[in-house]
Amino acid sequence: MSTTPLPALSYLRFLRQSLHVATEGGWVFYTWMFVLTAVALVGANAWAVQVRDGMIRTNMTDHVSWGLYIANFTFCVGLAAGGVMMVIPAYLYDDHEMHDVVIIGELLAIAAIVMSTLSVVVDLGRPDRFWHMIPGIGKFNWPISMLTWDIIVLNGYLLINLHVVGYLLYMRFLGRKPNPIWYIPFVYLSIFWAISIHTVTAFLYCGLGGRPFWNTALLAPRFLASAFVSGPAFILLVMRVVRLGSDLPIQPGPSRLLVQIIRVAAAINLLMLFSELFTLFYAGGSHLASAKYLFFGDHGKYGLVPWIWSAVVLNLVGTVLFFTPAAIQRSKTRLVACLCVIVGIWIEKGMGLIIPGFIPSTLHEVVEYSPSLTEWKVTAGIWAFGLLILTAMLRVAVAVFTDEMKLTEATELTPATEMP
Amino acid sequence: MSEKKPFSLPVVGEVDRRTTLKAGAATLGLAAWAAALKPMVEWASSLDRDEFFQKHYRELTREQLQVILHKLTFEARKETGKPVTVKDHKPIPGVVFAYALNLSICIGCRKCAEACHVENNHDRPSNQSYIRVFEMQKGGIDFEKGNTTYDRPVPGKDKYYMPVQCQQCENPPCVSACPIEATWQESDGIVVVDYNWCIGCRYCEAACPYHARRFNWTKPEVPPDEVNPNQSYLSNRIRPQGVMEKCTFCLHRTREGRMPACLEACPTGARVFGNILDPDSEIRWVLENKRVFVLKEELGTKPRFYYFFDK
Repeated sequence: MSTTPLPALSYLRFLRQSLHVATEGGWVFYTWMFVLTAVALVGANAWAVQVRDGMIRTNMTDHVSWGLYIANFTFCVGLAAGGVMMVIPAYLYDDHEMHDVVIIGELLAIAAIVMSTLSVVVDLGRPDRFWHMIPGIGKFNWPISMLTWDIIVLNGYLLINLHVVGYLLYMRFLGRKPNPIWYIPFVYLSIFWAISIHTVTAFLYCGLGGRPFWNTALLAPRFLASAFVSGPAFILLVMRVVRLGSDLPIQPGPSRLLVQIIRVAAAINLLMLFSELFTLFYAGGSHLASAKYLFFGDHGKYGLVPWIWSAVVLNLVGTVLFFTPAAIQRSKTRLVACLCVIVGIWIEKGMGLIIPGFIPSTLHEVVEYSPSLTEWKVTAGIWAFGLLILTAMLRVAVAVFTDEMKLTEATELTPATEMP
Repeated sequence: MSEKKPFSLPVVGEVDRRTTLKAGAATLGLAAWAAALKPMVEWASSLDRDEFFQKHYRELTREQLQVILHKLTFEARKETGKPVTVKDHKPIPGVVFAYALNLSICIGCRKCAEACHVENNHDRPSNQSYIRVFEMQKGGIDFEKGNTTYDRPVPGKDKYYMPVQCQQCENPPCVSACPIEATWQESDGIVVVDYNWCIGCRYCEAACPYHARRFNWTKPEVPPDEVNPNQSYLSNRIRPQGVMEKCTFCLHRTREGRMPACLEACPTGARVFGNILDPDSEIRWVLENKRVFVLKEELGTKPRFYYFFDK
């Protein structure tokens, strides 16, 4: 400890070394980062044009006034909430193997929250007036507007995760044992908070009495169930990449547990979906209109039919594959199952949930929607940016956990400025 | 930061080569980001500094509001060459407006929608209007059998017509939805939007059960000679791009004691408008003597827009 400089200085060193490590890798890494940057640039440009020319660049209308952006937002919130399925076993059940890799779930949550925030920002007609939403300076319609609740819970979740991850990595970097007082309360808070982000996001939609397709008490539970499928599935993919691409030791235990969690959540998700559909189709009436359009088309219009049946097939196939014994092993089956449910839920919660809320319109006009090229570009850009920061953060986390990045090595890296 | 290290290209040392490459990549990256976001810079230069810092309408002092109205008037005159005045019409104490529409005599001619289009300086290319007229099948009030795109002589056989505009709900879901109080209900019951405060998230549009709200997907285009010069801050002044708008019961007319443009345009006299607090008003007579109904009563929005049949 005698060589440890001032805390501020060592933190600066931590940041500088993080930046160094995050931009260091083999040719696969550089290619991956280059491609992601390129896609992010295309998205940024499409967004800039959209801001200049107006939302006319999208295919949204006064009939379908939310589209791909809000669809993607909803999925990303779920992804962020799904990370909690590593935190619960690691901290509530003291699963030590899970504890070693729980940071992957927390990093995914950070990247996913950034993606959901960006998805909302690109959906604003006047992003220049962003400051109107800042409490104190702007006019924050809290607690009346559900959107203000969402702003609070999403930003809160981002801060909690940034704190926990940042603190643990920094302590490890210093070679010190983390003080439980500084992170354990936040970990427990994050568990409640993870549930809240997806619940509040569901309340955004189900609180609207004028939209019968969303106006169901089952929406929040369904959101959570599907989040606990898509989140862990995404983590399984990330863990595989980390295991193959780095020296971080990853035991098979955590993945097995995640597959078990997915099995339960996927079954509950399908059960609730079935329950919802039964109520709609058996009772019929005006509530049925959106579901009818979604699954079978209406008034000679079938825009969402291919989407939703793809989602149904992908979710069913993914769920069945997860129940096979092969999914417990590190196998191709598990990989395919993960991809199936991720894409399936992305459609189910996005194009399959947000769009039919607007079709037919509140006065029963059927005006269809499919995303414009601008919307695809911007959404791809958001994903690329999210994966970019996820990769960079994972690089740093792996470097810290494999002791590639340590305070003592700082002297070797920057000999000119630091003297013991 | 390691990128900022001095480097001399011809004699790059072993240790510094990577750093140099990274610095180069970072520079190129930043340049690429600047190029990608260039359209945004073009747009930002068209923005107005005072408007950016402008406070919410209800927090403006009388003087601040006067300055803003002057500026809006000046700009509108410069752009259109017409004697435009942008005023601020305050609600009249003791007045609560309500509207009633006689479905027995409405013939579905859409003159009201057209009058709204002209009066409220709506975007011309999209033929925007706050009123949608539904051609309905006799035998029920079923919007599923309704049609807004009918194109033939009216009234059609076995049809009746239902114009729908903002219902000026007493309990408006759009107002609760707004995260930044850019839309609110005034004391005369009219729900308004501060176009200079709205961020364009369109949550209110999703919340409205009557499809009454409209978004400015682009900058509204109105040929200068067609601009209605009698404008108001909260109603028919030409809206900015990217914000919400809605029917205001023509508050720039009705708060001056005149009738809404849609009522004046109606050739059959199907529309009745007035102050429900005035016991001698025509609207009170209709509400007291006709069997009126409101749309989607079960939602609890309490519309101030009533429909009735004569026979």
